[in-house]
Amino acid sequence: MATLSLKDVRKSYGKTEVIHGVSIDVEDGEFVVIVGPSGCGKSTLLRMVAGLEAISSGVIEIGGTVVNDLEPRARDIAMVFQNYALYPHMTVADNMGYGLKIAGLPKAERAEKVRRAAEMLDLLPYLDRKPRALSGGQRQRVAMGRALVRDPAAFLFDEPLSNLDAKLRVQMRLQIKELQRTVGITSLYVTHDQVEAMTLADRLIVMNAGVAEQIDTPMAIYDRPANTFVAGFIGSPAMNILPARINAAGNGVILDGGPEIGLPDRLPASVGPGKTVLLGIRPEHFTLSRDGMAGSFPVVVHAVETLGADAYAHGRLTAVAPDSLVVRVPGHLDLHPGRPIHVVPNRDMLHLFEPETGKRL
Amino acid sequence: MAEHDMVGASRSGRIAAHLFLILGAVVVAFPIYYVAVASTHSLQTILRPPLPLIPGPEAYQNYHEALAGGIGRIGGVSVDRLLLNTTIVALGIAVGKIIISMASAYAIVFFRFPLRMAMFWLIFITLMLPVEVRILPTYKVMVQLHLIDTYAGLILPLIASATATLLFRQFFMTIPNELLEAARVDGAGPWRFFRDILLPLSATNIAALFVILFIYGWTQYLWPLLVTNSNEMNTIVIALRKMISFADADTPWHLVMVTAVLAILPPVLIVVLMQRWFVKGLVETEK
Repeated sequence: MATLSLKDVRKSYGKTEVIHGVSIDVEDGEFVVIVGPSGCGKSTLLRMVAGLEAISSGVIEIGGTVVNDLEPRARDIAMVFQNYALYPHMTVADNMGYGLKIAGLPKAERAEKVRRAAEMLDLLPYLDRKPRALSGGQRQRVAMGRALVRDPAAFLFDEPLSNLDAKLRVQMRLQIKELQRTVGITSLYVTHDQVEAMTLADRLIVMNAGVAEQIDTPMAIYDRPANTFVAGFIGSPAMNILPARINAAGNGVILDGGPEIGLPDRLPASVGPGKTVLLGIRPEHFTLSRDGMAGSFPVVVHAVETLGADAYAHGRLTAVAPDSLVVRVPGHLDLHPGRPIHVVPNRDMLHLFEPETGKRL
Repeated sequence: MAEHDMVGASRSGRIAAHLFLILGAVVVAFPIYYVAVASTHSLQTILRPPLPLIPGPEAYQNYHEALAGGIGRIGGVSVDRLLLNTTIVALGIAVGKIIISMASAYAIVFFRFPLRMAMFWLIFITLMLPVEVRILPTYKVMVQLHLIDTYAGLILPLIASATATLLFRQFFMTIPNELLEAARVDGAGPWRFFRDILLPLSATNIAALFVILFIYGWTQYLWPLLVTNSNEMNTIVIALRKMISFADADTPWHLVMVTAVLAILPPVLIVVLMQRWFVKGLVETEK
């Protein structure tokens, strides 16, 4: 168990910098998830912590020791790989115990540790099997077990659930979370799946194009995204982001399509009347209303996705408006494409962003 | 069923197919059978045509004579000495080739060092140079190293193998990078990774290559002919050649046949024993 700290970690391939300085202090036992679209550098960052990839500048500390130039084996970490990376010619028990064997642990002690880890992961009946005789979920658990028996300073997960089917993924997600709580080992977890990220993380690093856009707890990021990228990436379906401008009185925004939405009175000084902004509203922060109710505006529905409990209505502010927006409505509602629904946005859940930089206002 | 319609649809078709197979097998096997039969007759019987097609009574005597060193034309060296020589050479070549080619393929695939690709191409280019092309310089080097008439002289020049290196390189490249990384995280250094993971995964490749290379080494002709002068160091193939004279009467045909039978046996044995590995390798792909 240990803390983990990154200070302005950068990575360049030749002259191209791909990680532009990431800093974070991970507390002992904390579960930090790095999330971002593919190619954002999240796996590279994890591999740098693991020592599989050299860092170009900055400092990485594990348990207070600078590990910049240490080999992976000297860093006291365990890693779970996307494709499990089990040794195909070894039994489950040998796979799990290989790290301990190299560390020179006596056979009996090794077997005991492997047995205990296997018990936690329900792998006891499979200890003598080869990986090819296991299902995807079982292989995944063996990969977890291999990390677990080592009792390392930190766990590193590189998209460990992306090869599993949806149902199994949800199960394993819960199991990983539970397991991490039980053993209390500091964990760094990479995923592109924002649901996985939200559910697992104590804290979240949202990455985009080699930059950590925001580092905070999942709910803080959901409530106050730092910019339009984070706003669009976290939350499903994505937040609606619409061009708008502040009204003359400075107490509301006028959407390009017409309707005016009142703002709570907490506008910063820089946001004066007439300023153009981007207005963000999540699909779930609309309330259905009757026509003509104060603050309501019509949305012309052109497509409906029904999920059961909920449905997502895709619509436009006017029949010819360029921007589409998504509204969450109850699933049993009888919606017809072409007909308008009337909605009231939740005033406290509005987000304003600077149009040029995309930063939160 | 549909797929059964194609092959051996009718009884007569199957019989015809089997007849062809049996005929083919007989054509291939007959000369070998003939050799085996001839090795059990006396020289006189062999020289007086026609040669009987059933084994004769001289088997024990012939084999005893050959193994006891009764073959004058090769200086009375016994056949078991020849077999020993050839086994050492064939094993040396097969094992040496596998070790060297695995080591070089390991370096080329898993290590980053300057001129890595240049090294690879250098090895690759030697594929185009058969032994015969470089035989004079190689011979000169062997003379200067005083390796004429030694096992080292018989083995060393033949153990560098571009083909085997290429084969292992291709195989190593199919090993997922994650496996290497998992081993690194588990604490395995280069040597451990090679021994604990790469070697077991290569087992079937090694077995297949071993059979091919053993037979290659066993049947070497030109190089052993050049590099050995003493009868004691002959391989069995060279000895066979030396036993045969231009004059029929001067050639101990019965002993030549014995030697031929004994020369065939070890490669056949290797193939038969290693066949189980091939099948195993085909059935369970571990990757």
